[in-house]
Amino acid sequence: MDIERQKSAPVYEALERFRRQRVVPFDVPGHKRGRGNPELVQLLGEKCVGLDVNSMKPLDNLCHPISVIYDAEQLAADAFGAAHAYFMVGGTTSSVQSMVLTACKAGDKIILPRNVHKSVINALVLCGAEPVYVNPEVDAHIGIALGMELEQLRKAMDEHPDAVAVLVNNPTYYGICSDLRSIVKMAHERGMLVLADEAHGTHLYFNDKLPVSAMAAGADMAAVSMHKSGGSLTQSSLLLLGEKMNTRYVEQIINLTQTTSASYLLLSSLDISRRNLALRGRESFDKVASMAEYAREEINSIGGFYAYGKDLVNGGSIFDYDVTKLSVYTRDIGLTGIEVYDLLRDEYDIQIEFGDIGNILAYISIGDRIQDIERLVGALEDIKRLYSRPVSHLHNAEYIAPIVATTPQKAFYSRKELIPIRETAGRICGEFVMCYPPGIPILAPGEMITQEIIDYTLFAKEKGCSMQGPEDGELEKLNVLVE
Amino acid sequence: MDFWFSEYHTDNVKMSIRVEKQLFSGQSDFQRIDVFDSEEFGRFLTSDGSVIFSEKDEFTYDEMIVHVPMAVHPNVKKVLVIGGGDGGVARELSYYKEIEEIDVVEPDEMFVKVCRDYFPDNARGLDDPRVKLHYRDGLRFLRGKHDEYDLIINDSTDPLGHTAGLFTKEFYGSCFKALHDDGIMVYQHGSPFFDEDEDSCRAMHRKAFRSFPISRVYQAHIPTCPSGYWLFGFASKKYHPIHDLDAKRWRERHIKTWYYTTNLHAGAFMLPKYVEDLLEEEEGRMKNL
Repeated sequence: MDIERQKSAPVYEALERFRRQRVVPFDVPGHKRGRGNPELVQLLGEKCVGLDVNSMKPLDNLCHPISVIYDAEQLAADAFGAAHAYFMVGGTTSSVQSMVLTACKAGDKIILPRNVHKSVINALVLCGAEPVYVNPEVDAHIGIALGMELEQLRKAMDEHPDAVAVLVNNPTYYGICSDLRSIVKMAHERGMLVLADEAHGTHLYFNDKLPVSAMAAGADMAAVSMHKSGGSLTQSSLLLLGEKMNTRYVEQIINLTQTTSASYLLLSSLDISRRNLALRGRESFDKVASMAEYAREEINSIGGFYAYGKDLVNGGSIFDYDVTKLSVYTRDIGLTGIEVYDLLRDEYDIQIEFGDIGNILAYISIGDRIQDIERLVGALEDIKRLYSRPVSHLHNAEYIAPIVATTPQKAFYSRKELIPIRETAGRICGEFVMCYPPGIPILAPGEMITQEIIDYTLFAKEKGCSMQGPEDGELEKLNVLVE
Repeated sequence: MDFWFSEYHTDNVKMSIRVEKQLFSGQSDFQRIDVFDSEEFGRFLTSDGSVIFSEKDEFTYDEMIVHVPMAVHPNVKKVLVIGGGDGGVARELSYYKEIEEIDVVEPDEMFVKVCRDYFPDNARGLDDPRVKLHYRDGLRFLRGKHDEYDLIINDSTDPLGHTAGLFTKEFYGSCFKALHDDGIMVYQHGSPFFDEDEDSCRAMHRKAFRSFPISRVYQAHIPTCPSGYWLFGFASKKYHPIHDLDAKRWRERHIKTWYYTTNLHAGAFMLPKYVEDLLEEEEGRMKNL
């Protein structure tokens, strides 16, 4: 990375030059620097609405970058160690979709961990590829889905040698990393591409004490949520490419679904955040990691809470752990993660990222201060004092290998009918059924429903798991394909 | 020379003090600290542009936050002061012979140093041999403390700034836990007058009311505070602030004060109707839950 060059921010600088020129706008957007919408100016401020401008020669065009956006993307590629980088304005969902659509055509097979983000399955609906799932191990104690194990992956590759790509979460929402370098090696030996969902991994690129990033591990594409740990505005994202990808084809794919009116607020936020990460990322994430470590120690010293970290690492399903994440297992004080999440918000004015049946995740970032960490720890201690209950144990989720009967795309476009769940054995499912914990789909569109799956679903529901996805929230009925 | 310090009390109201000269300005890890000298208020200290105390009116605050609980609780041996790095509260506490230990927990070393340099009359409170000064975060210090103190004084000033953690439910909960079964906590309750401040004033009462069996509010007139009118909270596990006031015992101590008297003590709990109303509204809301 060329630090001198990283000090510039081409999109931001072009916007500053443009502002000083005081060009009279006879183009869109129609609010004309906010003059036509004073309430919006009141809310967002003059500077902000003044930056909301159209693509034009001095500011380049995201659909076909040739000047300042191109330069900014080159700098981003250099900062992230990628061959190419694309600024994305449709969220990391758009980056994930572009990866999948680039790698797969209709009928192609793609190997995925079962705990993929919904955007991946939705991309399969768009392109008509066929998913091949790898069984993720679930941690028996904390009940979360773990990383991709090499043995399981090899099995899937041997059974489906015609698969064109492997998709990996790096890391998972909970901070769990798979052995990405070995996965890349195995995939490349078989001529498969490696796509990394790095929605929770921007920071991995800027601190060598953290798990390996997708580009450093040799992956072919990565979808990076700059707006999470990277500090850019919500909805902005990056798509990174490795050496051997065909950039012209990737650009065509991106432009299939990308807006032709990209927001310069988002683009400049990507540019400025990239500069900030390149110049100060290392020390920032040192600080984030040490704050998270401090919080872990303090939370574990309360007793009753388990804030897990590197101690989980087992060389296989948990190859590495992202120490900037702060996940806490709460069931030993008799409360579910969801209950602790609600208590923190309603009673202590603390908003955390999420709570599931067994865990909470507090998102620590470059914006945090140590006194806020003290509040979180103090609140958890107070919750234990005031609200703890006798411990009740949930049954542990088990994994039932899905039978993919048809592609998500065919299932999506088929006619469906809503019938009682007990009568669905042998039918093809038309919707998602997610079970929390561990947050893995039991059924995805296009999968065969078996008696085993029905029994398991009803059992998990009875045991208090949260079942999400189906149209019928009570899960009395399921949407199946009309035969 | 026309040199003025101004502080906005709301977007539309500001208080200004003519300044003779600026004595100090510095940025610590927690706040920007400035010290000014003025004709009317003597020296005064500001944190991020808000007046924390002045030589002219600090006695009101320090006396009211110390003598009110001390005249009620019959046997205070161990006291915790959160914030209070200026030493004013410790100074008032030092007049009580029965107190054995005073822990003062102040995260900001620079704040203590500036007070020692420019406000020696306050800071001498920190030199009392019973005082132990801890440079730590208040919430962190309280963690794990159980059944240890007779009295906790929350001397932090700003419910929205860097001490926000000391105006939260977890803080009141931690204090409850750290107090003996007959312990008392007093805290700054802000000013109820301006709309901007009313919400945080309500929230503070709500939290204390839910955390302690007895929770009353008392008042004082402090010119440099927003609207010149300030409230304190009295949260207690056992003693009632008026019924358990032992006026005779307190007067026999012959502590020299400028604001506090045992007559004023009872009067301070007699609140204006609009303040009573907003506090009762919060209490009613809690009871209906």
